[in-house]
Amino acid sequence: MKKNYQTVAYYPGCALEGTGHAYNASTRAVGKALGLALDEVRDWNCCGAMEVKNIDPKVQTYLSSRVMAIAANEMKAKVVMAPCNGCYHNLKKAEHDLAHDVVSRETVERISKKAGHETYRAGSLETIHALDWIKHGVGEEELKRRLKGSLKGLRVANYYGCMYTRPRHIFPEKDQGGQSESTSQPHFMDDLLAAAGAVNVDFPLKTACCGGAHTLSDSDTSTRLVLNLLRAAEAAGAEVIATECPTCHSGLELHQVRAEKVLGEKTTVKMLYFTQLLGVALGVSPRRLSIHENVSDGIALLKEKSIA
Amino acid sequence: MPIHEKSLIRQEDLKVQEQRVVDGVDVSGHWSTFIAPRVVTDYNEALEEEIAALPGGEHIHRCWQCGSCTNSCTVNALNPDFNPRYWIYLIRTGMEAELLRDKDIIWQCISCNKCTYACPRDVFPEGVMKATAHWMELKGHTPKSKSTLFDEEFTEQVVATGKIEEGRIIRNFFARTGQPLFQDWLVEMAKRVARRLPFKQALMMAWAALFKPRTRRWAKASQAISEYVQEQDKHHRKALGLERRT
Repeated sequence: MKKNYQTVAYYPGCALEGTGHAYNASTRAVGKALGLALDEVRDWNCCGAMEVKNIDPKVQTYLSSRVMAIAANEMKAKVVMAPCNGCYHNLKKAEHDLAHDVVSRETVERISKKAGHETYRAGSLETIHALDWIKHGVGEEELKRRLKGSLKGLRVANYYGCMYTRPRHIFPEKDQGGQSESTSQPHFMDDLLAAAGAVNVDFPLKTACCGGAHTLSDSDTSTRLVLNLLRAAEAAGAEVIATECPTCHSGLELHQVRAEKVLGEKTTVKMLYFTQLLGVALGVSPRRLSIHENVSDGIALLKEKSIA
Repeated sequence: MPIHEKSLIRQEDLKVQEQRVVDGVDVSGHWSTFIAPRVVTDYNEALEEEIAALPGGEHIHRCWQCGSCTNSCTVNALNPDFNPRYWIYLIRTGMEAELLRDKDIIWQCISCNKCTYACPRDVFPEGVMKATAHWMELKGHTPKSKSTLFDEEFTEQVVATGKIEEGRIIRNFFARTGQPLFQDWLVEMAKRVARRLPFKQALMMAWAALFKPRTRRWAKASQAISEYVQEQDKHHRKALGLERRT
């Protein structure tokens, strides 16, 4: 099911300008290597992340709708791509709420009018994740043709987190059988990395929670959740946990350090963004993929296996 | 230890008589265990409506107590006292005093949405947890949780500038909660980041810290959101029968 994602509106979001800088750099580099163009959403704002909804969910809907309004109304885009799970989730949720909930629609209309821009109309834009972008825009077959190297059997645990699949009702295109994504057993990242030569280990915690929402306000809980993930990945034989969300990624790295410092529990599994892994296989230099910026240093491992 | 649900029969209500002889038969100790009677007369009949009036709590009335939420809950796996199904039951029956026994842990919902995924009745238990935690704070039963302080710091930055800057969020959050910023593990983390940070990125981060990143064309949106939030706050306080703080 190949789709035309040749040029998409790109919504990096706040995290990708800060802690997730490496994800931003590697996403852009992979897009370039695969001949996919990214057109950054003009004057974008924060989607509301996981915090604003706790103050008021409708404000979050408005924030996300403003981003979509600019992409759809001003840039005339048909597709917006968000690599961050939080952004992707919130845009999807706003899309769903605006299509199905009258109060959300009225509230967003009212705020948009006061803010002086056209209201986003549900259905005018397709929101996709970076995984959809490569899986459906390029596909495994073409990806294989474009490879310049290989992940050479690197053992990878694919970690998708919460917001990519839950709750189900905001992702109407998932769980449709065939090539569609599954919300209980997501596989897009597995498919892409396998095409690039990785071996996906049987990782049971693909969609478990890393505690990202309370990473600083309830750190002990987050550390226990992350430690559980790291241990499970190691037990499954993984050398690397592939991530597709800046919050999950920095959460895993931060609490790997915290578990070591506070609980004395050391784990050695490395975290790499899936775009960094794909980039390496596509022959992009590790430096351009910002692998050296990761706290858990995967570069030595990739060198040792002569992958990078 | 007899089998009983901890949340229904409390340890302190189990009465064991050490010396007890009935009709010449010695029934001391375990044989004469009684459960102290507990009569609930103090119901808050408005409790369900109050929770339903707060964002996230709207669909609590749909619950039919299947327990899928608790069964799938991430936090429940770490702490069995964290029991969304039970709290929804207490709210719907108006057992406020019972609910208040767990007031200090309800805010710990991590928003993983496993409950929302599993719920066959579309109660959106994650929203109910947030509404309940919010209710505790509005009613003055608990101080603002660390999570709320974090959410407030975050939201204020977004409303003011359209974006967030992570460094500023972290600094301000630790200041708001009165925690020292230089915790062992944070320092270690910062060291590991600094060790590999390319010069250009370090420069960008310093730039962002000095000149807050801003969304262009944001002023009117900022104003509109602030007005909306104030208006909602008024509604919520009214629904909970609270005077507006001036």
